[in-house]
Amino acid sequence: MADEMQLLEERVNREYEYGFSTDIETDTAPKGLNEDIIRLISRKKHEPEWLLEWRLKAFRHWEKMTMPKWANLQYPEINFQDIIYYAAPKTKKAKPGKLDEVDPELLKTLDKLGISLNEQKRLTGVAVDVVMDSVSVATTFQEQLAEKGIIFCAISEAVQKHPDLLRRYLGTVVPMTDNFFAALNSAVFTDGSFCYIPKGVRCPMELSTYFRINKENSGQFERTLIIAEDGAYVSYLEGCTAPRRDENQLHAAIVEIVAMGHAEVKYSTVQNWYPGDDAGKGGIYNFVTKRGICKGNNSKISWTQVETGSAITWKYPSVILKGDNSIGEFYSVALTTKFQQADTGTKMHHIGKNTRSRIVSKGISAGKSQNSYRGLVKVAKTAENARNFSQCDSLLLGDKCGAHTFPYIESKNNTAVVEHEATTSKIGEDQLFYCEQRGLDAEKAVALIVTGFAKEVMNNLPMEFAVEAQKLLAVSLEGSVG
Amino acid sequence: MLSIKNIHASIDGKQILKGLNLEIKPGEVHAIMGPNGSGKSTLASVLAGREEYEVTEGSVEFEGKNLLELSPEERAKEGLFLAFQYPVEIPGVSTTNFIKAALNEKRKYQGLEPLDAASFLKLLREKAALLELDKSLLSRSLNEGFSGGEKKRNEIFQMAVLDPKLTILDETDSGLDIDALRIVAKGVNTLHNADHSIIVITHYQRLLNYLQPDFVHVLMNGRIVKSGGKELALELEEKGYDFIKEELQESLTA
Repeated sequence: MADEMQLLEERVNREYEYGFSTDIETDTAPKGLNEDIIRLISRKKHEPEWLLEWRLKAFRHWEKMTMPKWANLQYPEINFQDIIYYAAPKTKKAKPGKLDEVDPELLKTLDKLGISLNEQKRLTGVAVDVVMDSVSVATTFQEQLAEKGIIFCAISEAVQKHPDLLRRYLGTVVPMTDNFFAALNSAVFTDGSFCYIPKGVRCPMELSTYFRINKENSGQFERTLIIAEDGAYVSYLEGCTAPRRDENQLHAAIVEIVAMGHAEVKYSTVQNWYPGDDAGKGGIYNFVTKRGICKGNNSKISWTQVETGSAITWKYPSVILKGDNSIGEFYSVALTTKFQQADTGTKMHHIGKNTRSRIVSKGISAGKSQNSYRGLVKVAKTAENARNFSQCDSLLLGDKCGAHTFPYIESKNNTAVVEHEATTSKIGEDQLFYCEQRGLDAEKAVALIVTGFAKEVMNNLPMEFAVEAQKLLAVSLEGSVG
Repeated sequence: MLSIKNIHASIDGKQILKGLNLEIKPGEVHAIMGPNGSGKSTLASVLAGREEYEVTEGSVEFEGKNLLELSPEERAKEGLFLAFQYPVEIPGVSTTNFIKAALNEKRKYQGLEPLDAASFLKLLREKAALLELDKSLLSRSLNEGFSGGEKKRNEIFQMAVLDPKLTILDETDSGLDIDALRIVAKGVNTLHNADHSIIVITHYQRLLNYLQPDFVHVLMNGRIVKSGGKELALELEEKGYDFIKEELQESLTA
């Protein structure tokens, strides 16, 4: 028994597969944050005056705010003056439109990451926007999508080409004053994806954004805005990696989703930022605000996330259920190992009548990590017959890690039904031995048990990514069983 | 194929097996009976390689290899199968996926390619039919919500798919009704052949009505104290273990 436990506890060095960095010339702003830096970012992106003013307003608000301390996370003070807020891979053109204009080194990097920008590989049926440090480097399939009226481009491109749409929706779901990190992002956001699905259009392929932090000492502050008009449908996926570095890097992103009547948006994340080394050194600080609004009746927003990376994850993809009969879903697998800390969950804010929400959270903790689920189900007075079901399960590997559940329920309507179920379990000696007796070694046994545990969430990922995510879970667990 | 010599084993410092000897030849069926606490399940655990049990003395040779040096998964892949007394549940992992992973690990160990989907499904269907196992059980999470009888049948089903050389049935008959017992026994008998030896650990004679052991051993206080043919099981059923205790007393005082 002792040996088995030791195996579980032992932390063996596992190389973070994406830990390399690319030697690309970058155009960077000096370290630090002030109004001049914001003016510089805005100028680099050739932004209109209103957007600069918007950024400055956010910055002035942010200066008056303090970092939130309520999460179950421990980390040193972040020195916001020690971060580079703008880093762009240098290219001949300010924004390469075609693949042959992209730096070959960059293409090599993307190949290494398994992202093909080659549009011939259309069999995968996924359109990709790639954001490296502060800029979007390439977006594929734009023309095919445009035929259906779908806009899929970098947000900086949307600023130029679709300013009215952008201005109408930017900051409407996550206001710039929403929270400390949202304000920071609003002041300095550099790139991200913009996606617009017109009325009645079903997006024919998965849309995907791939985020990569490359430059050291830089932060990544991307912003994604997705708008689905009446009856539109889109499935969207984001993936992220970063090089292995000794210092911590900050990632503070915002995702806003607007779903009009009968629209459906499915947003899936596979987050694999560098988690830090075995001693807890380095790793990404991931402070993200993601929120969608079911604005129209009968609309639906579904978040699915597989979180395996980052030293710190602070993230609560939420849904405002404003339209009657609208549906919000949150499916999450959060795996923490080594010294990782995750405080993640969701908010379901029921406003419309007959709104429904479903929360399925699976936390897996190993090593010396801490894994918390934090969720709020809020039912407004107006939300007649609101329904929520929450299921939060935690799985512990070894006895030096922690799993925590913080569910909050606020109901102001007595016709609402809110259900919460939670379980905590440990991978048992008996389960491991049973698998071993059938010929599976401890590592394969744990991977199998964890896969089974996370299955309900994995089943919600688009097929192409479910396999990848499953592999990622297994790889992330390597070494956690010896 | 299996040679156990003077094995001593303990758990948490407590000596359970105290010099056990057992020789099993290919194709033989050996029944091990004995009162509670005599060391029956310890023997199964030691052979399968459960780490809590410490072997302090003696040797076990399995198919010419030193069994005690092998990890539990290596023992399994060498052809040792333990049908658990209390099969565990693994939520979210279907029986099909589980057995597929196990089978392919074993094949890899033998230098074989993974079985293709069609052959695998055929194998599953065939073995499930043998154990009268409902096909819907195979797509459900392993043992989750299975009845006691279904769990035991599932063990024998897994044995049938993995095709071991040595099977240890650890009180497989406990908690089975008479129909389930018959089905389990039929499964075991069908799969028992000249290359497949079986150790049946049981409290009762009733399973032995179906399995026809070549040898019956009585385990007491960590040792095999009496061996005989299947008639020994009948005698035990009739007289209990006391007559053996008395015999032992007599031989000690004689």
